[in-house]
Amino acid sequence: MDNMTNRTNEKTKTMNFSFNESSMNEFRRWEKKFPEDPAGRRSLVIPALWISQWQHGYISRDVINYVAEITQTEPLHVWGVATFYTLFKKEKTGKFLLQFCTNITCSLMGGDQVFVNTCKKLGVKAGETTRDGMFTAVEVECLGACGESPTLQVNEKYYTHMTDDEVEKLVADLRKMA
Amino acid sequence: MAEKKVILDHINDEGEQTLEVYQGHGGYKALEKAIKQMTPAQILEEVKISNLRGRGGAGFPAGVKWGFIKREALGPKYLICNADEGEPGTFKDRRVMTVKPHIVIEGIIIAAYCMGLDAGYIYIRGEFFEPYQAMDKAIDEAYAKGYLGKNILGSGFNFDLYTYLGAGAYICGDETALMNSLEGKRGMPRLKPPFPAQFGLYGKPTTVHNVETFSAVPSIIANGGKWYSDLGTSKSGGTKLFGISGHVERPGVYELNLGTPWKEFFEDIAGGVRGGKKLKAVIPGGSSTPVLLPHELEGMLLDYESIASRGSMLGTGAVIVFDETTDMVKVAWRAMKFYAHESCGQCTPCREGCDWFYDIFNRIYKGEGREEDLDKIENLSKFIGPNTICAFGDAFVTPALAFIRKFRSDFLEYIKKGKYGLKSGETSHA
Ligand SMILES: Cc1cc2nc3c(=O)[nH]c(=O)nc-3n(C[C@H](O)[C@H](O)[C@H](O)COP(=O)(O)O)c2cc1C
Ligand code: FES
Repeated sequence: MDNMTNRTNEKTKTMNFSFNESSMNEFRRWEKKFPEDPAGRRSLVIPALWISQWQHGYISRDVINYVAEITQTEPLHVWGVATFYTLFKKEKTGKFLLQFCTNITCSLMGGDQVFVNTCKKLGVKAGETTRDGMFTAVEVECLGACGESPTLQVNEKYYTHMTDDEVEKLVADLRKMA
Repeated sequence: MAEKKVILDHINDEGEQTLEVYQGHGGYKALEKAIKQMTPAQILEEVKISNLRGRGGAGFPAGVKWGFIKREALGPKYLICNADEGEPGTFKDRRVMTVKPHIVIEGIIIAAYCMGLDAGYIYIRGEFFEPYQAMDKAIDEAYAKGYLGKNILGSGFNFDLYTYLGAGAYICGDETALMNSLEGKRGMPRLKPPFPAQFGLYGKPTTVHNVETFSAVPSIIANGGKWYSDLGTSKSGGTKLFGISGHVERPGVYELNLGTPWKEFFEDIAGGVRGGKKLKAVIPGGSSTPVLLPHELEGMLLDYESIASRGSMLGTGAVIVFDETTDMVKVAWRAMKFYAHESCGQCTPCREGCDWFYDIFNRIYKGEGREEDLDKIENLSKFIGPNTICAFGDAFVTPALAFIRKFRSDFLEYIKKGKYGLKSGETSHA
């Protein structure tokens, strides 16, 4: 019991994250999708993690506690879920997350090499972020766009038929955009 | 035979993703017919006659699945549209959802009406943000028209439909893992039985189908089950979407009558091997289906039975083409890397097995293979598939065996030469 109280206190003390207005509106929209009972509430864990990540950029400890609170689940449960799914980022990435598919078809079409070459040009290793905080390059599994491979996903958007030159142009464009 | 566009009809037309244009091409007529002129029993009968089989990989007859749901059972009943599309090589559902979302929705509503379901979820993989937005927009349009929600088309039938966004886990394509994910848990498959028809989402009766399966339903209702069935063979009714990629002249998604000769599809429609090269091998239905050699493709028809008779599977219809220059050891290595990453970790034989498989393929590929390695894979393979909760174990064991058996000499050469498969600079793959 003592333990529980301690934990709750700690939880409220460290709560440095909460939804802003537009996130809250989005969360309310999701609430309508599920039954109004504890099981339906738990179904909101993944949507709440998404909304948090869209707002905050990654899933921090505070996000975990906040999501647990609004979905009426335990932080440990939320943490277990967050770590199970690869799209939930456990740390900050660059402004643009370059996700190179290197699965079978994309590799056949040279995507694995484009990934390696891009890393070299950006001066990063797989998973690292450029010094200016702009780009993180990672290798991902089949993106379901094999007919137009090699495929690259930048944040949410797909780019297809990627070559070294195409990626170089894209990286330059994104830099200008930022 | 040429392409037969049932689902893909008008797919390149401007605005096809809108309700207005879809309806202009006869969209939602099947729903009107189903609700205004047919009883649920009549709909079920047409679906049975149509011979429609699940397009998510396993090919289970849709009519039989619908028959499992007890219409009169009390309490909510659910529908799930599986849009997780994670099987490497597969890219058909994304296309349908992005450019023709209303055909998916129409099929879903007809199915829900037939089985008396209360609510449905379209589980879309997290990477598919664009299809997710397209589906959401289309759902809003359908609500506005009275095709979703309360008292649909004045029938007294209520049905709500929602999208859900996954977050990156291949295993969530398995219908029971998917349901756990929808319930806000880790996506780990459940032991079957009980089957989803009895104990599904939130423990309630649930019907799960792939995007393509639902998309076939409107044409079955509009034209009759027999019309649909006659498009295919006596055992595999209708059309199927095939996504062909890799070393092929014209990659893309094509819709063909089931039973279309492979040769015709590959050579006439998809243009054969890219750049006039020779064919080395083909994966016929996604990376979980065993690879086939050119001589095994001779006389093959694109249907469930013909591909199975060659020791592989129609799967998701994801055809990957390899030309003569392909390093098949690398292909196998990459496939195993995928499975090692994606096991949910719940069953020991699968969790340990896929890592072990990957270790072996990895050391062979890196030129550190041992003579006994291929035998080791053969031996290990016996202990995985039968001892796991879901089909993931089989999904990596059967293709692995096909690779090492059919390209034995390539593997042995790697082992003998100890050659470094990885070129310098490719260290990130280690
Ligand atoms: C590891 C694994 C992954 C799967 N991935 C998918 C998928 O991405 N999409 C899908 O529709 N079915 C997938 N399935 C099959 C589903 O479990 C289920 O059989 C299917 O969605 C039923 O739909 P159908 O009757 O239309 O085929 C997968 C199965 C397993 C074991
Ligand atoms: S293999 Fe890269 S998108 Fe499918």
